[in-house]
Amino acid sequence: MMDRRKSIKSLVLGGVAGGLALHGCKTQIEAEQEDKVLATYKYGRTAEETELIQELEEDQFLNEHEMETISVLCALILPANESFGSATDAGAPDFIEFMMKDYPPFQVTMRGGLMWLDHKSNTEYGTEFKVTAEAQQKEILDAIAFYDPKVPMDEQALEIQFFSLIRNLTLTGYYTSKMGIEDLGYKGNMPNVWDGVPQEVLDQHGVAYEEEWLAKCVDQSERGVIAEWDENGNLLT
Amino acid sequence: MQIKESAQVYDVIIVGSGAGGGMATKILADAGLNVAVVEAGPYFDPKDPDQMTQLKWPWESPRRGANTVRDFGDFDMAYGGWNIEGQPYTHKDGTKFDWFRSQMLGGRTNHWGRISLRFGPKDFKHKDVDGLGDNWPIGYEDVKPYYDKLDKEIGVFGTNEGLPNDPDGFFLPPPKPRLHELFYIKGARKTGVPVYPSRMSMLTKKINKDRGVCFYCGQCARACSVYADFSSGSCLIFPAQKNGGQVDLYVNCMVREVNTNEEGRATGVSYINKEDRKEYALNAKVVVLAASACSSARILLNSKSKQHANGLGNSSNMVGKYLHDSTGASRAGFIPGLMNRKLYNEDGVGGMHVYSPWWLDNKDLDFPRGYHIEIWGGIGMPNYGFGFNPNDFNKFFGLPTGGYGNGLRADVKKYYGSVLGFGGRGEAIAREDNYCEIDPTTVDEFGIPVLRFRYKWSDYERKQARHMQSTFEELIHNMGGEVLGDSPGPNQDYGLMAPGRIIHEVGTTRMGDDPSRSVVNKYQQLHDSDNVFIMDAGPFVSQADKNCTWTIMALAWRASEYLVDQLKQQNIT
Repeated sequence: MMDRRKSIKSLVLGGVAGGLALHGCKTQIEAEQEDKVLATYKYGRTAEETELIQELEEDQFLNEHEMETISVLCALILPANESFGSATDAGAPDFIEFMMKDYPPFQVTMRGGLMWLDHKSNTEYGTEFKVTAEAQQKEILDAIAFYDPKVPMDEQALEIQFFSLIRNLTLTGYYTSKMGIEDLGYKGNMPNVWDGVPQEVLDQHGVAYEEEWLAKCVDQSERGVIAEWDENGNLLT
Repeated sequence: MQIKESAQVYDVIIVGSGAGGGMATKILADAGLNVAVVEAGPYFDPKDPDQMTQLKWPWESPRRGANTVRDFGDFDMAYGGWNIEGQPYTHKDGTKFDWFRSQMLGGRTNHWGRISLRFGPKDFKHKDVDGLGDNWPIGYEDVKPYYDKLDKEIGVFGTNEGLPNDPDGFFLPPPKPRLHELFYIKGARKTGVPVYPSRMSMLTKKINKDRGVCFYCGQCARACSVYADFSSGSCLIFPAQKNGGQVDLYVNCMVREVNTNEEGRATGVSYINKEDRKEYALNAKVVVLAASACSSARILLNSKSKQHANGLGNSSNMVGKYLHDSTGASRAGFIPGLMNRKLYNEDGVGGMHVYSPWWLDNKDLDFPRGYHIEIWGGIGMPNYGFGFNPNDFNKFFGLPTGGYGNGLRADVKKYYGSVLGFGGRGEAIAREDNYCEIDPTTVDEFGIPVLRFRYKWSDYERKQARHMQSTFEELIHNMGGEVLGDSPGPNQDYGLMAPGRIIHEVGTTRMGDDPSRSVVNKYQQLHDSDNVFIMDAGPFVSQADKNCTWTIMALAWRASEYLVDQLKQQNIT
């Protein structure tokens, strides 16, 4: 089997013309596979960055059992509600797997914490965490899910650090997913015209715009008119 | 290895394509000169769909925007960072200096904060005020005409407030404040800190037919695809080309040194082409270095010859000396009044809509020079890190922190947008014993000797940071908020960030009238070689409590006009 990583590297570095030439040497299936993988991340990556993502994705850090346990955990941390799916439904476990490789300092806490969970579950209930009844899973979590905010996290017990880590990654994985952003209700990341805080929001928070300040601000109906000034810097248009 | 030499002789070679190099390119090419721009990184156009990160969603990144690869996150538009593989730098005497480099067409202008503050009259002559450092050989009146032209050509929003050391200009109208900024205005007034609309180079209004108007996505750090923010490529280099200028771009070309002849005058540069890893020579009548303060100093120090045994332009031994960055400290607060927000699109421009310039008189203080306050907060787009410790603020209400389950969704929404933070950016005193030099023991992967830094803060800067901290704490209290984290004490330098971290490094080739105490004259021309100019932040004598970009460009414009004039008069041949 050819080394896919190497061929992708040369495909990317070879540029457009080189890429076409290289395609000729490959089977149709190989070429399609590469196109598919490369097409997954079209957010302005350089060749080196794309290659790194490829390498991280080809590698698998968490084993099948660990991934299944994480899927159970993510859905306990952020379960589905009437409107939205769980963090597991939103793809948080795959994101966690990626971060283990992208930021290796997470690895021991994550893997050790998962082992801790199974040990605890086996000791208390005689089964691995992922197949233990939900009520009992929650009993285990209730003991490790809360932390003392006055104590630095790296001085707290391992199981508390572990749960804090997986909760953080689960939530960030969820709220940076399409589903999570819709759930949150974030309204931006699209072209628009900013014209101030809505009145009802100002009222709710007990603040107001001052007329004097607003008078200095852009008149959005004139934003398309080319700016001109007098010699003292007063805007004329 | 044979060095490949091109027969062509350019009028000017410009090394670097950031703020200074871009401005030099525009002015010199518009004047009809035949220009080569040599850039260490690849070609970059903010509207190229293959390079663009603007308007991408966090889930398009497998790391959801985390900063494991790009230092300011996966969507930030800087190719490079604090550390570049194969291009190390070292330190001396156990000191610390973090050096940020971005190697791409446009350099760091593609991701910068666009905070565009003129230096004021006092900033050029601050030794007259407090006896510290040195005065510039030029004053505000010398630079003002260029600031004026810059405002009109490049565009900057702001307001004329008649402040003595934060001069008026030709401003586009600013955007309205966001909700957290209204809270800041209230809290700052209570604290006695004045607040004004910020001054940033995004187009809130059209300035010409080639550039778009801001559409308020808040992502200027990703570089704007409609060219509504200032980036050097989109606003200077492309227009120079479009205007019919003779501009040859040499990208992925790392300049090693300036070549000189028997008379000690520059003949061009030698560079390594990163693609074939071979060395080339390029010839020109004039060389403009605009590779960044430290990179230009490095090139000069590596340009050793019989005539310039100490490095080009370094007969004074001043190259690399007086390196200084802005001071920086930050703090954040939780503002209960900003909880439970209704959501709407509040992205605005990339960065703050309001700011506070330095407002105090140092006569009453235990440190020299000032700082301005930058403000962040709001209901921005979630990115890696969003949702971490989702209900940590429960501690302020005596509620449990942590947990799991659907209650976390409510917690996340309750606290979304309730944090506000400050960055203080101030002026350090330039010192001869803070410097960069060549490390004789280390080369980069291109065989070029690298820089070694030696930099220590003094009590001037530490006391300034202490003042920032107490001001920020008071501001947060006056907004009805809770300060986050403990107050950093003397053993943490009061939160003063390591030098280099603010990425305003200047001063390595400072200007002056005395050739024994400075590297360039007041037109940024080497005292030691009349056909070499420095047009980045190296010539700064002092860095004010402002940001350096607007002044880099105003000075580069001024120096470029002088250069054109000198060529016309045949004073440079």
